[in-house]
Amino acid sequence: MNKFIIPLIAFALLVVVLAVGVKHSPENTIVPSALVGHPAPEFNLPELLEPGTTVSSSELKGKPYVINVWATWCVTCRIEHPVLVQLKQLGQVPIIGINWRDEDDLARQWLAEFGNPYTHVPVDKEGRAIIDLGVTGAPETFLVNSKGIIVHRHVGALSLEAWKKDFEPLIRADLGTAANAAGSAAPGPT
Amino acid sequence: MLPELGHFALILALLLAAVQTFFGIAGPHFGRERWIAAVRPAVAGQFVMVATAFGCLMASFITLDFSVRYVAENSNSALPIIYRISAVWGAHEGSLLLWILLLAAWTLAVAFGLSRLPEKFGARVLGVLGFVSVGFLLFTLATSNPFLRLNPAVPDGRDLNPLLQDPALAYHPPMLYMGYVGFAVAFAFACAAMLEGRMDQAWARWTRPWTTAAWCFLSMGIALGSWWAYYELGWGGYWFWDPVENASFMPWLAGTALIHSLAVTDKRGLFKSWTLLLAIIAFSLSLLGTFLVRSGVITSVHSFAADPARGVFILTFLVIIIGGALSLYAWRAPLLKSQAGFEFGSREMFLLFNNILLVVALAVVLGGTLAPLIVETLGMPTLSVGTPYFEPSFLTPILPLLALVAFGIVASWKRGRLAAHKRPLLVTFGVSLVLGLALAFGVYSGATVLTPVGFTLGLWIILTSLLDPVDRWRRKLTLSRSIVGMTIAHLGLAMAVIGITAVESFTQERDIALAQGESATFGRYEVRFDKLADVEGPNYGGVRGEFNVLYDGRPLMTLHPEKRNYWVQRSVQTEAGIGSHRGTNILIALGEDLQGGKWSVRVQLRPLVNYVWLAAFVMALGGFIAATDKRYRTVKSEATEPAPGTAGGVLEGKAG
Amino acid sequence: MMRTFIVALLLVLLAPACFAIDPTTLPDPVLQERYSRLTHEFRCVKCVQQTVADSPGEVSEDLRRQVREMLLAGKTDDEIRDFMVARYGEFILFKPRYSARNMWLWLLPSVLLIAGGIIAFRIVRQRSALVAQDDEPIDEDIVR
Repeated sequence: MNKFIIPLIAFALLVVVLAVGVKHSPENTIVPSALVGHPAPEFNLPELLEPGTTVSSSELKGKPYVINVWATWCVTCRIEHPVLVQLKQLGQVPIIGINWRDEDDLARQWLAEFGNPYTHVPVDKEGRAIIDLGVTGAPETFLVNSKGIIVHRHVGALSLEAWKKDFEPLIRADLGTAANAAGSAAPGPT
Repeated sequence: MLPELGHFALILALLLAAVQTFFGIAGPHFGRERWIAAVRPAVAGQFVMVATAFGCLMASFITLDFSVRYVAENSNSALPIIYRISAVWGAHEGSLLLWILLLAAWTLAVAFGLSRLPEKFGARVLGVLGFVSVGFLLFTLATSNPFLRLNPAVPDGRDLNPLLQDPALAYHPPMLYMGYVGFAVAFAFACAAMLEGRMDQAWARWTRPWTTAAWCFLSMGIALGSWWAYYELGWGGYWFWDPVENASFMPWLAGTALIHSLAVTDKRGLFKSWTLLLAIIAFSLSLLGTFLVRSGVITSVHSFAADPARGVFILTFLVIIIGGALSLYAWRAPLLKSQAGFEFGSREMFLLFNNILLVVALAVVLGGTLAPLIVETLGMPTLSVGTPYFEPSFLTPILPLLALVAFGIVASWKRGRLAAHKRPLLVTFGVSLVLGLALAFGVYSGATVLTPVGFTLGLWIILTSLLDPVDRWRRKLTLSRSIVGMTIAHLGLAMAVIGITAVESFTQERDIALAQGESATFGRYEVRFDKLADVEGPNYGGVRGEFNVLYDGRPLMTLHPEKRNYWVQRSVQTEAGIGSHRGTNILIALGEDLQGGKWSVRVQLRPLVNYVWLAAFVMALGGFIAATDKRYRTVKSEATEPAPGTAGGVLEGKAG
Repeated sequence: MMRTFIVALLLVLLAPACFAIDPTTLPDPVLQERYSRLTHEFRCVKCVQQTVADSPGEVSEDLRRQVREMLLAGKTDDEIRDFMVARYGEFILFKPRYSARNMWLWLLPSVLLIAGGIIAFRIVRQRSALVAQDDEPIDEDIVR
């Protein structure tokens, strides 16, 4: 074989790599989560809504729930908040709002002013639960299924479209299998 | 009105570039002299049109025409005039226009310089350059038009990114692009030679000065970028192995290899196909850099806002131009044969080692930069590659390279009389070793294993570089510009090696919490935080600290680091306070107000770091001197005719 | 178009307008050195191409605290790295692990160096055999 063709072949391989890069570039700024598919980390944090008590991840087991990371200093959280309030009205799953690196008074004031979509607000001042969740910034939203496994992660402000597209099918599937397991009837997916 | 004129001029430039490409390549192919004659006017016309477009954009910036979207996005009425001018290339669209302008300027220079070249060959060179220009003009007009209007116009602009409001960054892109675009000339020479089916020593001699000049600009561009990152990004580093830095460094490595292989091709008619390949690679890497910076494929401190559509366009362009050139190469290169020989220990051998080691270094940087993409292509989980990978990996080929420079400098062409050079090599090495150890353990403290190695190699390069010029000077022989230039460039390299060794070995850096009146000591230096005051600039406000630096208890200098808040862009910028004392840079940067009167402060002492940047300029100076050697100006055109007996410069007929 | 705009906006927002100055002082110089090395090895997960040591972001601040605490609790460097990788994936390591999967990357320099050496050796052998027949004179100005 003609050895002078080697540069052309090497270049062709390079183009394949670059083409894949172009195809994926919009997601390039989002760090993929290492935790999707793994059990949600345990936490036991002070409860913002009822001072003096704590909220623990063990209380949440058995049903799907959503963890939302927020803070009053986070500009995007403000954009996202009305969506969470709407989701609360839909009442599909409880939303746990981890309040990150914040001041309790400001956080309470925020919830009083814009409405409270959360069933629990664990306070994480030092970002311990945040790191355990592999959070890259606020806001960030996780879906945990009834077995306690993180099944989806959303980076940035949540929208109703993203909720309908990415969260609802997973919740339905999870509730379906949970119901099946409970009733141990009607095999097969619906 | 002006923006429309600029837009129209760009379209005309595209048409002229197409004319230049067609007549430049088809003319010689079909042997039409009138077609060939049309090439140069097209080059001149294209330059005039591109310059008009560039001038229109600049005028829109100077007059702050906020009905132009690009102006509105990158300037503001409070922006000082100098940064209004540099704002022209402050973002993607305008910097692309600058690329095109510089390409048109280089093409024009080549068109004038080519009067000594054979007509057909010159037309082909210009045709290939025209093709590159067509690609970039199409790219601009299709995806990145800087002349788009905003309707309605906005009352004021969004301002230039404060990071770019800086003199070094005003010059950095033009320098860098001069280098990138300059490699287009070497590339065009290579393609023309392959189209022609002829490549001989005269070819190398025509190509050399252009390549060297491009390499000089690239060296300066990279140094300016590094200097800018050092003082403007504020965290005091000078090289981050960031993908965009790597993107400019890779063509530089390829260009350095090319300069050396061209020397062998020029003097000895050897390494012909290899030289052609390097000329293609150097420019391909310049294009790859453009792709990486603008496509959003790899994110970086320096990259432009990402746009996948632009990525697709540049990738297509890369495939056509580089794929085309490499196909031509695969077809033509097998016919380039040389029967010249060289002995073990000859200069050719050391230049061969130089090329192989530089290409290995280049491949390592390329592999590390693209590793995240490669891994993604193979469907494996993402990974990151940073300084902890690049430093040891880059040194693997570079340390042997530096150790071989001294041999290469003293070696003779063709004959490997290494034994004859044994004494000067040993003596210079001994002196360098003693001085290197003294420098590593005497002057500073905290040396690592590589410290004496780096110093010794740097000093050895200096001493061996000076052997020949000093000898010639003592024997009252003339020194050609080639030799003077080469010597200066090698001294620049040694300077960079010594500087980098010192910086990497002896930098002292600490982040501390200081209240006004408190001080901290760093060896013999003491840094005292004296005052903090408010400060106001044309488009920013902020605080300004006053720090006094003492040396052995005596006051040395006062530094004023600032923390600025740019109103329009709402971003906080740190302006470090930097001073220099006995070759050591003292950098002080203000961090956060830690409450209770304390501020977090970064103090960094980097010895000899200024010499690293200066070294790049010394190398460039050497290159410019070498490029103006008179032997490049007296190449006769008959040299291109196949001289009987010359070892295989000519391809016979068509390749099968 | 909208998507492009959002990506562009994201990048502008993510660009490091600033850097962190972190006056952490650990009681032991060895710990301090390890702290500095580790925080320079971890990549900021929010911003572009910065290390955790240099990034002013909130997550990076929390990550620095985490490293500090783990060091004080007597964890080894590898335990701290594993902790980070379990949460953020190998993305967070600026220094890829010496794993089978990354072996190609770490071996690249040495393999290329050896390959280059072999090629150089073959070319030198081939060319030195040609010297005898090569009577082409070389330019007088290059003869020493």
